[in-house]
Amino acid sequence: METSGYNLTLNGLVSDQKPLGCWSVKHGQIITCPVVCNFETHEYIAVHDNKVLRIWKDKDVNLDKVFKATLSAEVYRVHSLPHAEPLVLFRGGGVRTLDVLLEAPQQEIEDVISDEVIKWSEAFLEGQQPVLIFVTEKDGDFFVYVQKLKMRSLHKYKLEQQELSNPLCFTAYIKKQIITLLCLYSSDSIYKVLIPLQQNSEEEEQTLSKSLLLNLSISGSVLKGTSFVVLDKDHVAVLGSLAASDEESKECLTIWNTKFQTLQASKELPLGTSGQLWCYGEKFFFTHGKVLTVVIYKCETSSLAAAVGKLKDSQTSDLCSFLNWNTLQDEELLVSCQSQQSAALKSESTMTLRSKKSTVENIQPGASTIGQLLLSIKDASTAAVEDELRQLLSKVQRPDFQAAIGSVISALINRCKTDPAFYPRNFLIQMIQKRELSYSLCPDLMAVALEKKDVHLLQICLQRFPDIPEEITYACLKVFLSISDEYLERTDVDLESVISYIDIEPNNKEVKTEVVENGFSTELEEDGCDVTGMKEIHMMDSVEFCPVGPQKAALLNAVLHSAYSETFLLPHLKGLPAQQAVLFLRYLHYLYVKCSERINTTLPGVLSPTVSQIMDWMCLLLDAHFTVMVMLPEAKRLLSSMHKFVRAQVRFYSELNKIEGSLQELQRIKCQTDTQAYSIEVLELI
Amino acid sequence: MGEFEVHRVRFFGLVPAGVRCMAYQHRGCRLALARTDGAVEVYNFAANYFMEKAIPGHQTRSVEALCWAAGERLFGAGLCGDITEYDLERLHPAYAVDGFGGPIWSMAANNDGTQLAIGCEDGSVKLFQVVPGGVQFEKNLDRQKGRVLCLSWHPSGTHLAAGSINFIRVLDVRSGRTAQRIMVNYHVPKSKKRECVVWSIAFLSSGTIISSDSFGRVQFWDWERGTLQDSHTVSTSAALSLAVSEEEDSIVVGTSAGATYQFQLLPVKTGGQEKRWVKTKPFQHHTHDVRAVVHTPTALISGGLDAQLVIRPLMEKVQKKSYDAVLRKFTLPHRRLVSCARKARLLLFQFSQHLELWRLGSTNKTGKDGEVLPLSRMPEHLLQLKSKGPEHIYCSCVSPCGSWIAYSTASRFHLYRVQHEGDNISIKKVPGVPKLLLPAYQLQCASDSGRLFIASDRGSVHVVQLLEPGGCKHLHTLRPPAGTREAVYLLASSADGNWLAAVSGDWEAGLCHHCTVPTYSCAVTALAIHPATNNLFISYSDQQVGLFEFSIPEKQYTAWSRSVQNSGLHRLWLERDSPITHIAFNPKNTSQILLHDVYMLCVLDKSLPLPDNNALLVNQSTLKQLSEPARHRQLHAFKICKKFQPLLFADLLDERCLVTVERPAADINAELPPPVQQKKFGT
Repeated sequence: METSGYNLTLNGLVSDQKPLGCWSVKHGQIITCPVVCNFETHEYIAVHDNKVLRIWKDKDVNLDKVFKATLSAEVYRVHSLPHAEPLVLFRGGGVRTLDVLLEAPQQEIEDVISDEVIKWSEAFLEGQQPVLIFVTEKDGDFFVYVQKLKMRSLHKYKLEQQELSNPLCFTAYIKKQIITLLCLYSSDSIYKVLIPLQQNSEEEEQTLSKSLLLNLSISGSVLKGTSFVVLDKDHVAVLGSLAASDEESKECLTIWNTKFQTLQASKELPLGTSGQLWCYGEKFFFTHGKVLTVVIYKCETSSLAAAVGKLKDSQTSDLCSFLNWNTLQDEELLVSCQSQQSAALKSESTMTLRSKKSTVENIQPGASTIGQLLLSIKDASTAAVEDELRQLLSKVQRPDFQAAIGSVISALINRCKTDPAFYPRNFLIQMIQKRELSYSLCPDLMAVALEKKDVHLLQICLQRFPDIPEEITYACLKVFLSISDEYLERTDVDLESVISYIDIEPNNKEVKTEVVENGFSTELEEDGCDVTGMKEIHMMDSVEFCPVGPQKAALLNAVLHSAYSETFLLPHLKGLPAQQAVLFLRYLHYLYVKCSERINTTLPGVLSPTVSQIMDWMCLLLDAHFTVMVMLPEAKRLLSSMHKFVRAQVRFYSELNKIEGSLQELQRIKCQTDTQAYSIEVLELI
Repeated sequence: MGEFEVHRVRFFGLVPAGVRCMAYQHRGCRLALARTDGAVEVYNFAANYFMEKAIPGHQTRSVEALCWAAGERLFGAGLCGDITEYDLERLHPAYAVDGFGGPIWSMAANNDGTQLAIGCEDGSVKLFQVVPGGVQFEKNLDRQKGRVLCLSWHPSGTHLAAGSINFIRVLDVRSGRTAQRIMVNYHVPKSKKRECVVWSIAFLSSGTIISSDSFGRVQFWDWERGTLQDSHTVSTSAALSLAVSEEEDSIVVGTSAGATYQFQLLPVKTGGQEKRWVKTKPFQHHTHDVRAVVHTPTALISGGLDAQLVIRPLMEKVQKKSYDAVLRKFTLPHRRLVSCARKARLLLFQFSQHLELWRLGSTNKTGKDGEVLPLSRMPEHLLQLKSKGPEHIYCSCVSPCGSWIAYSTASRFHLYRVQHEGDNISIKKVPGVPKLLLPAYQLQCASDSGRLFIASDRGSVHVVQLLEPGGCKHLHTLRPPAGTREAVYLLASSADGNWLAAVSGDWEAGLCHHCTVPTYSCAVTALAIHPATNNLFISYSDQQVGLFEFSIPEKQYTAWSRSVQNSGLHRLWLERDSPITHIAFNPKNTSQILLHDVYMLCVLDKSLPLPDNNALLVNQSTLKQLSEPARHRQLHAFKICKKFQPLLFADLLDERCLVTVERPAADINAELPPPVQQKKFGT
């Protein structure tokens, strides 16, 4: 990207926000036309002192030592065209391609215009043919010249006059052999002039009629345009000052819809601009104060809905990045300042400029959108980010908030990954609890939480997310089982799911521990085989005590609660260390016994696991660790106790089965009585 | 409205005969159906599947095949060896022609309906020409050993496919030679070779022969090469019946396990040229053998030995999705088989070859809605009257006083005098019954039991005076003024004895010697004359119109009837699929009319407003929960009770007493022979 001053050129990549190169002419020399780049050869072309042509490349440092050609006539402008030789327009209206010119720099340049002054020029390629258009002025009359270089044809048109106003600025584009010239008049209107390119007859100068395209007025106030560009067939951007009747004028960048004559977007520029606006590849470039501001824009197909602001995600002009001139050497900056048109800021120091910049940001809090937030998440301090997040949460919910939240969380997670100190836990928990999030919306969240061993977050995720992959579920399980109860006691875990069946009071627990110790008496273990079911249930005293702490139990309940597919979970589950598997099984067994204590086989409380979830996990765990369980001495007792309990249950249910059979038979007998061959019944018809 | 004492009768042991064969007439939308007892029925699909005609069976005349030929002529052939043409106007076999080939197993008419081919026990295939007024033997085709169980004409009429045991033959009609002989179980190993019966066959215009056999296979053969193209095993038991759609892109197969399958000719790839027969839809509507299937353009029809006729519309072919797409099952006949002596509280049940007279029980208790009352007297089977000879009973009737019983077979009319002496009962045949033109299609006794009306053919009604203590006299014969060829199948007499309404087969409801009710292009399913107002109440099989009330004295429809036609009946009422088979009146309340079909019983109160489509039609249970004033707002004319199903008969004995005769499907099934043994898991 390239921009030009009077005696300074600088060249930088927008995405890097860093100048790539900087060249200056000798003191006393003035660059008289914008420096262009020849895209074919990657050479820069500058003209200083009207007649001296300079051509150099990136690697050249000193402008004085580069190629120099002194021309015979004054150059108005050099136009660079893609895939074509640059065109040099002389003040007299003569045009040469650069290569022709360089063959004989001192060649005679004809004078096409006598005493008109060129106001504006532009070059196009129309079907590999360079076309140059320039506008001249003489005594208030404006003329348009269209020159086709290959054809060696030059057409001159007279622009239709306008009462009391003059064209200030021009822009043009070419489409289907027709040049559309747009003129910004001092009467705050943009006019459109169509110039046909195919003009065979060598007539006398024609007068071009113009038509009103756009009136730059916004509800009473008028935009005094200074510069404008065409964005697409329906949109123009105008840089100018908005003069309301009672207030002082503010400079602003505006995007207008010409189809519906509406202002589409506007951006205030309180620091003032140079009045110039460039536009390359969907980015605006303009100076804002001492800063070159780049604004990305996007024009969507214009529709009435968009024009009246009813369309979602209509074009947004986000302040994207700044090319900060403050990064230049102070000396150079001062030089540039001197040369700038906006002299008011000239004397201000760099410090004040910085503060100015920050005020710019503060002035526009409304524009601090998700996009900006995403940016700030990338590098801002933890406190700042959290502050912004809080603001975000307090804001009114927007329709696309869900998606935005997803991207915010992803950004946060990315930051977490790169910056280990950064972890906005409260915000994340708040987000998951408040919003309908899912695993797929923020896939890395749980991975990060696992890494940080943030069990509370994991618990909430397991409870809320409908689509957790089995791998992650397993990882959670493993983490939960491996963390010690002592550690968990200090952490904040949601105990809602266990509170109604596990006593949390520590002293109670101790009492129970005693009972358990007694309950594991060997004689009960041994003679329990053939006793009746009721007796065996008594024996279940041994599992009355919960093998894990309430925090861990709550976490495990969250795992039980999450959805899974057996096929995908089983291979992971095989990797569970044997001790942890036994512990988990013990807990499941405990839950199962607890369930069976109640007639409806459900555990009390919210989010507590159902009996089928418990059974499924039990089966799954036994499937995964069958051989290990069989071999492990400490599992032996547990397994035998479980077996006895299950056997007692099976017996109990088989008894129920018998009762059910008898009752069914009764039902059948009752039905049969219903179908006797003859009866007298009472029927009431109303 | 009040409480009724309902005599709920379930001891009518009717077992409808199984369906043996069917024939569909595309032009008239009529289905002819023959039952295993030799009865032939004609259903009119255009008139809401109403059983339009019924020809009672005959002990010796089994029907193995039915054909529509030469327009609307119906032919049957059976194991007695005869081809029989049915007179659908007079509702009896018109004549029979001996096929001289032993029992006839199969019969098929060619596409034009000009020729009939029969397959005989002796292995011969014979051609008969259909001529006006009869059939004429044309020629014998090549004879081979083995009974010909099924026949199918090639649509061009040049060839005939004949299925026998173990082989299929293709016969050239012109030369009479066997053009091809296909062994159907050629590839079965010799050790396992059993007899393979080709039960059904179809010859497509493409030259493909489709056969279904006792191995449960449906096979597709190329007749010219005699090769097997495709074979599908649909059942472990036999595939008994087969029918092809007119477009020849779909077939339906019935099996002895009670299942039916649809096969469709579908492209192998979408848009591709190559097509294959694919088994697409299985249906299990029957419990027993599906002996007959028919493929109409819009529906699959199957008839089984469980006596059910099932019409399964093809969803993709039905235009209106709601009402036409409903599966229909018909088990019970659309005819009245029960007559009731209201005063004597007797019920007369008509079986195919005997009658049963029952006395209803009684109670001396009352109760609330839904209660079963204790019986003070049990119902009593008074007598069983066996009809002599092989002919089945056409119609029967008991007089309101219960002292006269009349019935008619195809050739004889019987009148009995029943003497009740306390608990004893004696029966005496009335001698000197006048020689009338038989058969009688409907019998109706006048309400004073003094006269008997006998519906006869050509629209005539004979009037016979019943004389005490046991005689009768033919008074006169009523004939319609315009004259008709069709027999009278419904009668209704007025209480005062002045009026008699009769309906003949061309749907004309006539009042003898008075006038004709405007003809409506739909069959009359029931009619009755109101005892007090002498209004004739008519219900039509077409549910769209349904009910009419015709004032006899004024010779026009009553205002109520007009208002019904103007406002239209409730949508759900119109969507019922079984016809109203009986109409009775409340003797004490002139505005109340009892109607019933198989699935509901309805007391129509003309004094109440008609329900509109938004109202709940069957609202009795709702009403019972409402308070008195709220009830009042919800009342409408149709008081429907669906408690008694399936309902053969319902009548009002007096203003507070109803009798319903039900025949639960489970009871019918219990009396059917066990179906093909199917191994069920765990048994």
